[in-house]
This record gives sequence, structure tokens and C-alpha cells, in this order.
Amino acid sequence: MSHHLLDVRDLRHAYPDGTLALDGPTFTLHHGEAVALVGANGAGKSTLLKHLNGSLRPTAGEVRVGELPVHPGTLAQIRRTVGMVFQDPDDMLFMPTVLEDVAFGPRNQGFPVGEADARALEALQQVGAAHLAAKAPYHLSMGEKRRCALAAVLAMAPDILVLDEPSTGLDPRGRRLLVDLLRAFTHTRVLATHDLDLALRLCPRTLVLHRGRLVADGPTREILADRARMEAWELEAWPPEG
Amino acid sequence: MASLADALLDLREMDRLARLDTPIHRLEPRAKVLATALFLAVLASFGPREVSSLLPLALFPVALAALGGIPFALVVRKVALGLPFILVLGAFLPWLERMPALQVGPLVLSAGWLAYGSLLARGILAMATATVLVAATGFGEMCAALDRLGAPRAFSQQLLFLHRYLFLVGEEAERARQARALRAAGRPLSAREFGPFAGHLLIRSWERAERVHLALCARGFEGTLPKRVQGRFRRREWTFLLGWATFFILCRWRPLPVLLGSLLPGGAP
Repeated sequence: MSHHLLDVRDLRHAYPDGTLALDGPTFTLHHGEAVALVGANGAGKSTLLKHLNGSLRPTAGEVRVGELPVHPGTLAQIRRTVGMVFQDPDDMLFMPTVLEDVAFGPRNQGFPVGEADARALEALQQVGAAHLAAKAPYHLSMGEKRRCALAAVLAMAPDILVLDEPSTGLDPRGRRLLVDLLRAFTHTRVLATHDLDLALRLCPRTLVLHRGRLVADGPTREILADRARMEAWELEAWPPEG
Repeated sequence: MASLADALLDLREMDRLARLDTPIHRLEPRAKVLATALFLAVLASFGPREVSSLLPLALFPVALAALGGIPFALVVRKVALGLPFILVLGAFLPWLERMPALQVGPLVLSAGWLAYGSLLARGILAMATATVLVAATGFGEMCAALDRLGAPRAFSQQLLFLHRYLFLVGEEAERARQARALRAAGRPLSAREFGPFAGHLLIRSWERAERVHLALCARGFEGTLPKRVQGRFRRREWTFLLGWATFFILCRWRPLPVLLGSLLPGGAP
């Protein structure tokens, strides 16, 4: 394994309609880092995240996870290393029960049912949702769904956690629980979020995307407090004035 | 359209019922699938105008529902949903076969009416049994049982995905219906609105399905869902299967109404 965990080089992505969603962001992530990815709507955050686990193929440029370049031949290994929690947990929770859903990843990794279930239960315990194991995913609240979706990824024991808008739809208590939970993790974490307070609480480093380009990479507190630049990137400075 | 939410609720209710703990639920799913398959085969093997001979077979879904804690109202709702198709399917039978076949008092029934009645009875029994099977087994377990019984993997997986995507499309449709209803002031959906409504629903469902697929792939899905280990055939499964098989065979080759009739004084042996 290399000294850095994730390496994104001059990544470009154009959608079939010609929209250039990513215009050359380049950055490196090191072991154990927690990085916030912020930007206005349409800045390219979700597109970038999808490249990190090979869900999309770049028009140009490269993503490397450790020594491995992300391409169709390495996807199985990449997805074992990069765990992605999608924006809408309903897109992830697909099996009849929470336990089966959380065990879905370990089963695909080749673990026998007993061990996959044990891993799933452990992951559910980690997120404080073991009591939901036998429930159907659609009977859960949004906060519970988020926890189970997170457990579904943790059960695969990834090195890197990628979270797309993890606080969307959560009430204040659910959001606080999520912050406590994510703070407790030692994984390398990438959070795409509009929730700048969440970014400030969880991530010492922030990347700012603006119209597909990486326009800032530095300490979260400094970047979010720079009102003039945040305004130029169509973002609100944090903490807000007044 | 207002019944869309009810239909979704019914699907969820079926999933909830599948997790009950009753003697029927505890049976290995293959036993239930095999017994149901045998039931359907026997049901299909009766002559086209037989009605009364089919009636004893109703004991199978009724017993399963009663022992499995499946509410009869749910079964009736599901049967009512499919009934119009059968009613339309056989609607021409009374006109195609007009020769008299049965006289009940002053009423003379043609062969076509008997065939129509038989078709209806078979349809109702088949739909009721399928509903009870799914509610007392769970769709996922039933697909896994089919898989273990040697059904083509693609078939059982497609069934499983169909079930999952039904929820997705249903939820999208319900959201769109509610959004429209809030601005429609009680006006029903017109034919002119139906096209764009269905189009949007298709696109939204498609996009949702794509996101679900991406999420599955992100967790190592490569085209086949992992198999769950199921239980083994034990004495209770064999008893269940052989008991019902004997009953079905009796119904088919020694119809119970005839058998009961023969036991009465003066009845034919």
C-alpha cells in the first residue's frame, strides 16, 4: 500500500448531453484523514464521489486507490476498499430485512451466511441499530435508515468511507447522533455536504468544487470563514454573520 | 389511483405477515412451494365443466391461512384484484357452448355457464393459494425455495427483483399521485394528463432503479443475489407434503362430494 490512500489526478467527466461535470480536480487523501467536499448544487460533488468507487468511468484523468487504478478490472478490490453511503438510504436498503441488507455486502465478498450475519450484526451494533436487525427497511425512520445504510457499508470493512450528504433529512437529534457516530470512526472519510456546520465539526480539511473545478483545498475553518471567496463560489460562509 | 397507497400497504402487510411465527411459517419453504405446485397441478387437471368437485380443494388455502394467521380479508382483497381478468377471460364461454348441461330445479344451465363457473372457481382458488403462500413464506424465501428446487436462477432472481422494484415504482407513483392531488382540487386524472403522468413516473422509476443498481454494485453485486441457507426437510415437512398430496389425490380421483354421496343410504357404491 502506498503512503497515500486516494489519488485523484486531473479527473474529467462529461455526461452524454455534453455537460462537463468535472473539470480536472486533482488531490490526494492520506490514511485516516477526514475531508469535506463542499460546493453549490451542480458543482460536481456527487459525480466526483461516484468516481471514487468506480461507479462512473472518467472521460479523462485517473483515480487511484492505494496502488490500484480504478478501472473495470479492479472494481471488486476497489469496492472492498471504498465504501460508499448514498445520499438516499432508500436506494441502498433493498433486501427484505435490515440484517439481510447489511449482510448483503459481506455475502458478495464471499463470506458464508453465518459470518456475514455476524459481521452485519457487529456493524449494526457499531451504529447503535442492532435492535432493528429483524425489521423491514421501509418501517424505519430516516435517522434509522441512515444508520442502517452506514452499517451496510461498515460491514464490508472498507478503508475509506465516502458519504454523500449524510445529514440530509435528519432531525436535530438524528443529526447530532450522526455527528457523534462519524466522529468516533477512524476510517479515512470523504463527506460531500451542504451542511457546513457538519463539515466544520467533522473534517479538518475541506475541498471546494465550483462548476466542476477544485477551487480550494485547505483547513476547513479558514476556507469556510473566507466570506468573499465563499460568496464567489455560490456558498454561504460559516459561521454565518450576526 | 387513490387505491395505490392501499395496494402498497397490502404489499407491505404481506411482507409483515411473512415474518410471523406460526406452524405454517416454520415449515421449510420448499414444502409449501411443492404442496402449492401440486395443488395447482391437480386444480388444472379437472375437467373443464367441473365445479362442485373443485370445492373441497378450498380446504388447502383456508387451512393454510387459518393456521398461518393470514387474515381472510387480505386474501379476499388480493383475489378481488385479479378477479376482473378472469371474468373477462371467460365472458364468452356461456355464448360459445349453449347446450344444456345441468338442471337445478327450474333453472337449466348450459355447458358454457358451467365452464365459466369452473374457470372462476379455479382462478379464485389459485389466486387465494398463491396469496397465502407468499404471505406465509415471504417473497424472498419463496424465490430461494424455487432456486433450491432447481428453477432457473434467472427466473427466481427476476421474480425477486420484480418484487423489490414493485415497491420502488409504487412509491414513486404514490408520491406523484399525492403531489398532483394536492393541486387538483378533487378533479380526477384526465386522459390528457395521463400520458405525461405515466411518462414522468417511468423516468423517475428508471432513475431510481439506476441509483439502486449503483448502490448494489457498490456493495459487490455482480448479477446474482447471494443465496440464503434454508432449513432441511424433516418429518413435519414430509407429513405436511404427503398429507396434502393424499388429500389432493383423493379430491381428484375420488371426488369428495361423490364419496360422501356414496356413504349415504341408497348412494352409489
